[in-house]
Amino acid sequence: MARIIVVTSGKGGVGKTTTSAAISMGLALKGHRTAVIDFDIGLRNLDLIMGCERRVVYDFVNVINQEATLNQALIRDKRCENLHILPASQTRDKDALTQDGVERVLNELSETFEYIVCDSPAGIERGANLAMYFADDAIVVTNPEVSSVRDSDRMLGILASKSRRAELGLEPIKEYLLLTRYSPQRVKLGEMLSVDDVQEILSLHLLGVIPESKAVLSASNAGTPVILDDKSDAGQAYADVIRRYLGENVPHRFLEEEKKGLFGRLFRV
Amino acid sequence: MPAKPNEQSTRSISLEIKSGSITLPILKLLNSDTELVARQLRDKIRQAPEFFRNAPVVIDLGELPENADVDFLDLIDILHDHHLIPVGTRGGSQKLQTAAQDAKLAVLPEHKQETGAVSPAPAPSPSKSSSRATAKLPSGSKLIEQPVRSGQRIYASGADLIVLSQVSPGAEVMADGNIHIYGSLRGRALAGVQGNLEARIFCADLQAELIAIGGHYKISENLDESVRGRPVQIYLRDNSLIIENL
Repeated sequence: MARIIVVTSGKGGVGKTTTSAAISMGLALKGHRTAVIDFDIGLRNLDLIMGCERRVVYDFVNVINQEATLNQALIRDKRCENLHILPASQTRDKDALTQDGVERVLNELSETFEYIVCDSPAGIERGANLAMYFADDAIVVTNPEVSSVRDSDRMLGILASKSRRAELGLEPIKEYLLLTRYSPQRVKLGEMLSVDDVQEILSLHLLGVIPESKAVLSASNAGTPVILDDKSDAGQAYADVIRRYLGENVPHRFLEEEKKGLFGRLFRV
Repeated sequence: MPAKPNEQSTRSISLEIKSGSITLPILKLLNSDTELVARQLRDKIRQAPEFFRNAPVVIDLGELPENADVDFLDLIDILHDHHLIPVGTRGGSQKLQTAAQDAKLAVLPEHKQETGAVSPAPAPSPSKSSSRATAKLPSGSKLIEQPVRSGQRIYASGADLIVLSQVSPGAEVMADGNIHIYGSLRGRALAGVQGNLEARIFCADLQAELIAIGGHYKISENLDESVRGRPVQIYLRDNSLIIENL
């Protein structure tokens, strides 16, 4: 049985797709057979971030409608053979997703994969609901900013009440907080909520803090999950997240402003 | 509670049954003579015709003598003439209630603890929003161990509500009895929603958006700084909310 992970947030633009790409690649690099599904039907992005947009033939909706088999639609990543991508349909909308169809696809994927990462669309409508409905774990991506925090809180309420696990009275979905676009300098200036502020409002297990980083944008544009950029702070932070998710005890990094010495100033700019 | 997602996926939902409280103007009958009522009502309405246009009203029979007789059909006609929409009655003798029912009016439960004389002019007032009386005292309690997240609503019907964790901004907790919150209260808490004015709210950290007891409410902006972020109890005395440090 695969473990189903939903990457969700409520709010848009906080880094769900970046995180889905990084997490799925990270798990695959650790040797786990991993599939990542783009649930954002109509606004297909994951294929771009994963750099496989030119290899999309069939998509998630085709599989749901049984117009294609899962094997025809899955795209194998060129960098890591453990990773497969199921792209969203760009020409349809969220109504093309049915609960039965999603369940069937997830069950079929469960037979061959260890982890299934569901990249949720923004919002709390059908796409987001179906992305989280069958989940075992939820990674709630939040920016250190009040509206994102509130939307995450709303999403957590939905995870706790409208998921399959909640409806069947099973053990609840495991919820993790992932704080992205974190800037210690701005926290210090009082322009941004701190990790502690967000933790106080959401009271959630902190899976990691991803610093605001230029590496994320360049990685997206290049179609490479940022976790592959192991020189960058964001890439390292995602690698830590994977180790923590898999049960290692890794201290949090990038919470403090980096102190630059004279040489640092001269050479690291 | 919306339908389960699997139903959503196959057909759209055409109705939902929910409970809500609505503030209605109340027409308090002090005399059962409909002709006299008609004349005085006309004078009242002339002062603010727009306010009353198509307004639903509840007819309060509590002040009428035990043996009074009211011609409800006549009264309904009078109200309609003045563009008022009678929706029901409350209080009054058994005989009056039966007569009201015969006239197709809803019989609402009587309001408990009416304070002092109320002006006969019906006017909506937020403090009267929950005028349904509790039939019986709250028994038992409802326990919530998880955080109450933004957008969630929890209602302890006929009971106390105990929340072990926090109540987030945008969340709403309601109880017919008392509310105890052992985490931070950042959302809304409404105790005694069926009109139990004895209900209290207890919380470990008051940062609420709104607190209310029996319909008497206070919003965040009106909370005193001396109680914000503190463990407090909230109760009603002389129609005003008292917030007291614990």
